[in-house]
Amino acid sequence: MDLDSLYQEIILDHYRSPHNAGLRDPFEAEVHHVNPTCGDEITLRVHLDGETVSDVSYDAEGCSISQAAASVMTDLVIGQPVAKAFAAHEAFLELMQGRGEVEPDEDVLEDGIAFAGVSKFPARIKCALLAWMAFKDATAQAHTVETSTKEEA
Amino acid sequence: MVSTSSTTGALSGLLPGLEVIRKDFPILERRLSGDLPLVYLDSANTSQKPQCVIDAMVDHLERHNANVARAMHQLGAESSAAFEEARDKVARFLNAPSRDEIVFTKNASEALNLVANTMAWPGPLEVTAGDRVVITEMEHHSNIVPWQLLTERKGAELRWFGLTDDGHLDLSDIDSVITENTKVVSLTWVSNMLGTINPVAEIARRAHEVGAVVVVDASQAAPQLPVDVQASGADFLAFTGHKVTGPTGIGVLWGKADLLGQLPPFLGGGEMIETVSMERSTYAGIPHRFEAGTPPIVEAVGLGAAVDYLTEIGLDNIHRHEQAVTGYLLDGLAGIEGVSVLGPTDPTLRGGAVSFELAGVHPHDVAQTLDARGIAVRAGHHCAKPAHKRYGVQSSTRASSYLYTTPAEIDALIEGINYTKNYFKVG
Repeated sequence: MDLDSLYQEIILDHYRSPHNAGLRDPFEAEVHHVNPTCGDEITLRVHLDGETVSDVSYDAEGCSISQAAASVMTDLVIGQPVAKAFAAHEAFLELMQGRGEVEPDEDVLEDGIAFAGVSKFPARIKCALLAWMAFKDATAQAHTVETSTKEEA
Repeated sequence: MVSTSSTTGALSGLLPGLEVIRKDFPILERRLSGDLPLVYLDSANTSQKPQCVIDAMVDHLERHNANVARAMHQLGAESSAAFEEARDKVARFLNAPSRDEIVFTKNASEALNLVANTMAWPGPLEVTAGDRVVITEMEHHSNIVPWQLLTERKGAELRWFGLTDDGHLDLSDIDSVITENTKVVSLTWVSNMLGTINPVAEIARRAHEVGAVVVVDASQAAPQLPVDVQASGADFLAFTGHKVTGPTGIGVLWGKADLLGQLPPFLGGGEMIETVSMERSTYAGIPHRFEAGTPPIVEAVGLGAAVDYLTEIGLDNIHRHEQAVTGYLLDGLAGIEGVSVLGPTDPTLRGGAVSFELAGVHPHDVAQTLDARGIAVRAGHHCAKPAHKRYGVQSSTRASSYLYTTPAEIDALIEGINYTKNYFKVG
């Protein structure tokens, strides 16, 4: 098996110095996601400003793939409209489920294209998706908070 | 083909004829991706199967297959005889006083759940509000969760022995943990994560002083230690087939006949009854009372062949082999900077599962890198999250040997770990 196709230099760079790491205020929703089979964990906060993802902060413990995926994800979604962030999630999910057959779009996924090799290692796909699942969950919750606050106002 | 290296000669305690024993296991000839030989160091997860086990199961399916105890034909008689013969073999393997004390389950988890679940119901062994159940911090989840379920349901108290820094049970407060109101003490004989061999008989003595029932999880002990239930101190003992070179889908609960007889039924269905009317049923005696439905027949046949295979090699010899290989592994790991072993480092005090951390590299990445070299280990929490938490780690890499493991395979692992350090540029 080709290790280098899994551990791209971009992935190892993000692993060694993760972007946007740490938990920050303000936030509307905080979630804690666990990968029960391996124990990888992430606590992730989302701060929305209207329909824009203002900040995503996180505290994660796990393997290089899960850590790098969280780092790359925050680069992709912070400052973006929620719809665009969710579209990036869809594209990343499609890439992960593509068994190495999907050609990733660098315009959509940026550094995320480095994860193309992960899709050939079935046991590691869940590692790459942990942060994304947490982001989607937290954003949905933050959205509910925002909507209900607006309705009250 | 992994050849015996020059170090083998220097390592005493290895099984004589190790190369011949390896030939009993067809999977050890497997080549993996890149035409690499398999180095299987995940036997605490599941053991590989010798040809005699595979053959016994195939022969049963090809020539004797029928349901047991209810088919009035020749095949039914043959299948029933084979199934019950497996019970005899397991009874001999455990030195059980009676074959009726052997209950077949689907795995060790089900065996432990059988005991914990039936203790919730009215009867002489019922755990009630205010009673105490004692476990340990080094249990596999399968010997934690069933007792949590029981004590939560009954308003009973769950307590546990903590662990010392060097990976042993902290028994300094044994008299305040096992108290007069303690109904059950359930513990593992050999830890699946730390490798620690626990002083079961000593703990059982204290438990019996207060009238508690002792449940032993022998999932990791049965593959590598001689298990004599009569000498062990256990009242109930569970193990699983697939870790003793048998198939998956079958486990064993042994219990003292008088205690098994005091437990109410677990699952209801065919085979566990004496008679059934629409209003009520009466139940079969042990062990059939606990074996509702069609049992794992061919799996029992395979398990019978497996325990005979281990007995033929000799559990004392297997234990000696495991100690030799584990000692060699611990020495190798001690020589790698950045590796820290979780659990006892004296091979005479532990089993063949060695969990370790490699500074700067996550266990998944260690396992992935080793897998790329054909070396199979386990990475994660090994279903022992509390024990990992006790030592301040989230997960670990675990290498576990068995009777077919050679020193050359340990050499391959050590080389692989050094390669991993290099690959991730640590150390």
